[in-house]
Amino acid sequence: MTDMVDKQVHSAADRDDPRLKDRSRSRAYLALLVVAVVLALLPLGMSDRVETIAVRTLIFAIMAVAWNLMSGYGGLFSFGHAAFFGIGAYTDAYLVVDHSVSPWIAMIVGALLAAAAGGAIAFLCLRYRLAGAYFALATFAFAMMFLLVVQNLEILHKTEGFNLPILPTYSWKMMQFAQGSRNYYWIPLGILVVALAGTIAFVGSRAGQYAQAIRDDEVAAASLGINALRYRLVTVALSCGLTAVAGAYYTQYYFFVGPDQGFGSGVSIEAMIPAVIGGIGTVWGPVIGALVVGPLAEGITSILRNPPQVLSFLQGLTGLDVAVYAVLLIVIVLFMPKGIYGTLRDRWRK
Amino acid sequence: MTILEVKGLVKSFSGLTAVNDINLEVREHEFLGIVGPNGAGKTTLFSLLSGQLPPSAGKVVFEGRDITGWSANKVAATGLVRTFQLMRPFESMSVLDNVAIASHARHRSRRAARRHALGVIERVQLERYVNSLSGSLPTAGLKRLELARALALEPRLLLLDEVLAGLVPAERAPMIELLRELHTDGVTVMLIEHIMTAVLALSERLLVMHEGAQLALGEPRAVVDDPVVIEAYLGEDYA
Repeated sequence: MTDMVDKQVHSAADRDDPRLKDRSRSRAYLALLVVAVVLALLPLGMSDRVETIAVRTLIFAIMAVAWNLMSGYGGLFSFGHAAFFGIGAYTDAYLVVDHSVSPWIAMIVGALLAAAAGGAIAFLCLRYRLAGAYFALATFAFAMMFLLVVQNLEILHKTEGFNLPILPTYSWKMMQFAQGSRNYYWIPLGILVVALAGTIAFVGSRAGQYAQAIRDDEVAAASLGINALRYRLVTVALSCGLTAVAGAYYTQYYFFVGPDQGFGSGVSIEAMIPAVIGGIGTVWGPVIGALVVGPLAEGITSILRNPPQVLSFLQGLTGLDVAVYAVLLIVIVLFMPKGIYGTLRDRWRK
Repeated sequence: MTILEVKGLVKSFSGLTAVNDINLEVREHEFLGIVGPNGAGKTTLFSLLSGQLPPSAGKVVFEGRDITGWSANKVAATGLVRTFQLMRPFESMSVLDNVAIASHARHRSRRAARRHALGVIERVQLERYVNSLSGSLPTAGLKRLELARALALEPRLLLLDEVLAGLVPAERAPMIELLRELHTDGVTVMLIEHIMTAVLALSERLLVMHEGAQLALGEPRAVVDDPVVIEAYLGEDYA
């Protein structure tokens, strides 16, 4: 039997069979290169106002790419990614403000902590066989728990959060630049490009293939010798670590983080919405979703801050963004269940 | 030489005993057929052997190792591999990647795994569908895909759960031929099957299960002629 298979294998190898070629991966890297160059050149013609929107969009995109790893490719629906975003944001704030550590190091520490926390939460959920909606609810509960804990910890300034000090000198080491510096845009863009390249590599790797097989059918995957728990935890750890990086950058960019900005349930929704709108389980979906949600979120914020005469009743209200996301989500689920990218891709293939 | 030893295997589901005291020795390179009416516990027996379900009592020894209670992925990694009666393809993946998932057990790189998978796909004559999405396969193709994934693990003991069911007669003959080839190549096979002509054509021994218990075990013709078996399973018409 083994001999027979080996013989066949060699025949396939010798021919360098065209059916074995997987062009999608090299095409994806090429597309990423083009996108990266275009996006890198954009800010040259941007106003400061537009740059603010662009940075917010990039943070959304990083979160969504991260969420998509676990929930899109891993099939574990997280409704509590705020937990990991918050860990990243707070680790950065705590280390930078109280210990003058470089934000780059704080970012890595935050990512490791979030990966460990995510792994532990996922392990508990999977250990007790929580699946589907129950898994999502459990992640939501953990994020809520973290929020309450942070609000009550003196060391994390309870409900006041952290204000980053404005340093007298600009430096890459402390990630502080002149106001309006394009570095504030290029840093998250760099993170996003690395995250996307990582996603493309992961999806085609053995671990990524296992993750998708487990998502499609866990029993079948186990019957083929795959340790489902192990590869699920790997996927979760990657996702949570990347989410924390987005959180750390949030703190750096806005010079402030409080419990709601870090751990609020709105953050979990913001991680999820762009991916769902753009297309979960696809490389580009989360980015496309972020391009929709980022400007929208910024637009809503500015309307609430300075409403036009007709909408003056909105002044000072909060939660409008979540309401708009909900409507958007319903529309997408009804008309494009695979998201913008997923639906268009399927149509293109036909 | 014995490849698989089953001792007093029992599985109860809150009151219902699905598998009741199975004792079995499977020899290396043997082809063992398993028959029995619906609900006889055949598939449950496979699930116990391959680790999908933990047994309530008894012991499973594979190649001298006690694997009782091992998890499914650990059992599969030792070379005892099963297929599923209700096909379970990874629907978002192509046929090639479905099989490559199994090939990855021995080939770390994607390229090597896919190359190995292509060899297996040619072996089960599924090459027409190499790059099709597995969800789009017809039943006969899905049955072959189940088989291909199992073969890609290079199993020493293969548990086949109704690989012929759902095939039209014209599709059965090549499948039977394929199973015969696998057996000739040295794989030990346990086959659950309802189609008696196929079972009798392939099996060297036959196990008859009835209400979870082992009703008869032995040379196929002798077993089907056993009046106890005829009465319990095949019905009086057969006699």
